[in-house]
Amino acid sequence: MVRLVPVLNVLSVVIVIFALAMLLPLLVSIIYGDAARNAYEVAVLVTFASGVVLWIATRAGRAELQPRDGFLLVALVWTVLPAFATVPLLIHASDLSFTDAYFETVAALTTTGSTVLSGLDRLPPSINFWRCELQWLGGMGIIVLAVAILPLLGVGGSQIMRAETPGPMKHTKLTPRITETAKGLWLVYAIMTLACALVFKTVGMTWFDAIVHSFSTLSLGGFSSHDASFGFFNSPAVEAAAVFFMAAAGINFGTHFLAFRKLSFVPYRNDPEAGAYVAVLAVSVLGIAYFLLANHVYPSFWTALRYSAFNVVSIATTTGFATTDFNQWPVFAPVWMLFLCCFATCSGSTGSGIKMIRAELMVRQALRELMSIIHPRAYLPVKLSGQRVENNIIFAVLAFMLIWGGSVIAMTMLLAASGLDIITAFSAVIACICNTGPGLNQVGPAGNYAALNDFQTWVCTVAMLIGRLELFTLFVVATPAFWRK
Amino acid sequence: MKIVILGAGQVGSTVAESLASEANDITVVDIDGVRLRNLQDRLDLRTVLGSAAHPSVLLEAGIEDCDLMIAVTQSDETNLVACKLAQQLFNVPTRIVRLRATDYLSNERVLGPDGFGVDLAICPEQVLTDYIAKLIEFPEALQVLEFAHGRASLVAVRAFQGGPLVGHPLRDLKKHIPSVDTRIAAIFRGDSPILPEGDTVVQAGDEVFCLAATEDIRQVMHELRRMDKPVSRVMIAGGGNIGLRLARAVERDYAVKIVEYDKRRCEILSTRLDRALVLQGDVTDEGLLEAENVADMDLFVAVTNDDENNIMSCLLAKRMGARRVVALINRRSYVDLLQAGQIDIAISPAQATIGTLLAHVRRGHVTQVHSLRRGAAEALEAVVHGDRDSCRCVGRRIEEVDLPKGAAIAAIVRGEKVIMAHHDTVVQAEDHVIVFVTDKKLLPKVEKLFEVSVGFV
Repeated sequence: MVRLVPVLNVLSVVIVIFALAMLLPLLVSIIYGDAARNAYEVAVLVTFASGVVLWIATRAGRAELQPRDGFLLVALVWTVLPAFATVPLLIHASDLSFTDAYFETVAALTTTGSTVLSGLDRLPPSINFWRCELQWLGGMGIIVLAVAILPLLGVGGSQIMRAETPGPMKHTKLTPRITETAKGLWLVYAIMTLACALVFKTVGMTWFDAIVHSFSTLSLGGFSSHDASFGFFNSPAVEAAAVFFMAAAGINFGTHFLAFRKLSFVPYRNDPEAGAYVAVLAVSVLGIAYFLLANHVYPSFWTALRYSAFNVVSIATTTGFATTDFNQWPVFAPVWMLFLCCFATCSGSTGSGIKMIRAELMVRQALRELMSIIHPRAYLPVKLSGQRVENNIIFAVLAFMLIWGGSVIAMTMLLAASGLDIITAFSAVIACICNTGPGLNQVGPAGNYAALNDFQTWVCTVAMLIGRLELFTLFVVATPAFWRK
Repeated sequence: MKIVILGAGQVGSTVAESLASEANDITVVDIDGVRLRNLQDRLDLRTVLGSAAHPSVLLEAGIEDCDLMIAVTQSDETNLVACKLAQQLFNVPTRIVRLRATDYLSNERVLGPDGFGVDLAICPEQVLTDYIAKLIEFPEALQVLEFAHGRASLVAVRAFQGGPLVGHPLRDLKKHIPSVDTRIAAIFRGDSPILPEGDTVVQAGDEVFCLAATEDIRQVMHELRRMDKPVSRVMIAGGGNIGLRLARAVERDYAVKIVEYDKRRCEILSTRLDRALVLQGDVTDEGLLEAENVADMDLFVAVTNDDENNIMSCLLAKRMGARRVVALINRRSYVDLLQAGQIDIAISPAQATIGTLLAHVRRGHVTQVHSLRRGAAEALEAVVHGDRDSCRCVGRRIEEVDLPKGAAIAAIVRGEKVIMAHHDTVVQAEDHVIVFVTDKKLLPKVEKLFEVSVGFV
């Protein structure tokens, strides 16, 4: 049985920390003297007060969390925090509906990066900073952060972290203590973000742009402070830097952590996904560059390569930046890019989707079935990096794929029934469930999600959440058996 | 020589047997009383019951004044502990240890004097694996032995009708392949050895031992039989230690199928092997062999730990069309029963593996000993020291060296060079001399030749 009170108690602490996270945009607002200062002051107070009240109300029932409670905690954190995050947006832009504001903050926290706002360049800097900071927090995971800085989750912390961390196999700990693992992951994440910001500054961004874009890049989010996204800078150097850091953020941060600690490239070679991931990206970038050249979209190969590299890597890693309206490209290219975003990123990265490791396991499982028809008596284990993968993991992956496919179809049907054309509906669901951002047609890189009605917006919001939490965490909370006493 | 053998398993008893016949004082330690009694009934040696890793047991076995300790129990850990005790407490001069896990070999400090103090680590499974892997590489050979770090090789080949040399005297060999320097070390016709002379005529069915530089071996074999097409498909029956090692050694170069009965073992096999196909089933299951196309196999190797299974599966595979079948057979009576029958090669694991051990027991500076023909004959490699006065072969022409009849110097390895022995070749100090002995009884005499007489330091 799940105990609600202890979960709410932990939630209250997370809300208080979240209030502290709002101090940063307040600071930005004070520095730039923008119009949103008042909105942050209110938001910090409201959030902080709610957290404290909830804590006082539940403090009597404090208890160590059980692994099962973790699912509820994660589900609550990821649905409640975006609601608090909407406060500054709602106060600042009074014409914004709660539905749209909630969509915006969920898109930020889940690192989807699809927006209902337009005229980003005219927004107060603090609002843009807040959107990008949310992405950065959501990228590595809020619970991971909570485990890193607070001992409050105790031994159960590792199970709870697993409910938030993407990937089918989460049992390998990088360090003996879970807090150290969480700290290590966040440290690597922070260092890479800092490096990214410095590089962006060096290649020509302002400090403000460099910081907010490094947040979006490392979290594979996709928000920008400009309507034209990276097209605004129109600089090959900036794009190259972004491509590099996006590609890096699509690799397992556990692998980055090992590589940092040992100062060697060996962990990347031992990583079962990194090789396939880099190969898929490289082949796709070159292939689409040739494709664009052959279809006379761009006059020279180098121009084609430039646009292909940035947009393909951006979509495949589920980031969602754009330097051009790739919806105008011959249809194969954007469809292939959407296909890539479904599985290209590695588990334990800040990207979403099915994950490369599941794709690899599926391919191997399929080959195993074929082989076992030819050799009925053969023992054919599915192996990754020379290690045998247990059948229960394969079953879990199969179930994941089934639910994933089912969810995509169901939500596409809902959107189509509500009046969207099928390409928009399907691409919007894919772009949301993979936390990518731009889809095709109406929700393509040139348009945005503002045109959707409230029902459609909520469907997309749900898609983003179940995509970020990899289905099971949310679905298990929704089953009656979970609540049965 | 006083020798303590720890472990009376297959390797332990074979070593005991072969050393007991050479006038050594042998004590065998084991935790299984039945095994010890069997051994004591057959051989003239002492046995001690107890764990080989306990100092008191070792003391009882007289380890304090023994010259050589051979630790060949089932457990690597017991062997290592016994070795460390022998080194630190009892000052045993030479310590030989059987190690299965290759992990221990990864860092030399583990086995060095500050570690476990192992003088020689042997792995019988590895020796057998190398043996069989050689047979896969040279499918025409009955046995391939390497000397002087692989520079020279001795191959046993059965002569077949159609080989250019068959039916001709040996001296024609020089005319057939003038560029290759080779030497026929011995010929076995039926069971009796023939010491080859220039006018000896090779007959079909003879088992011919020839020695040549390793790169010339194929050409020499070609003289004695038509060459088979190279091996590409191998089926291994039995996925024990040897089966697994063999599959790992050859799976990159050949298409390997490995059959194992135990399901849990199959899981381990399929995890450890990258390309080989692991099949679960009985090695004597006709249906399985049929379904997995045993008829197309170039080589079928039976390496289960059960002699009868090995023999039956090999006979079955041969009848179903496998080109060549190799069986691992422990019991000597079975080997004698089957040789030259339907099974192409019968390997006796014990005989194949004790060579390295024997080298350490032998007097003189013997570096390599290979048992041939199931222990009846031996090829040994010795380093000669001293000068014309202190040693009975240095500075002499080969015809002057006083070898007993039935033994012959086949070749000399001098530095990097392999020199085939002729009657007028002069032996120098520090040469590696490869001697072929057709009868084991001659060994003590041969060894004496390579000893340096007292007084030489």
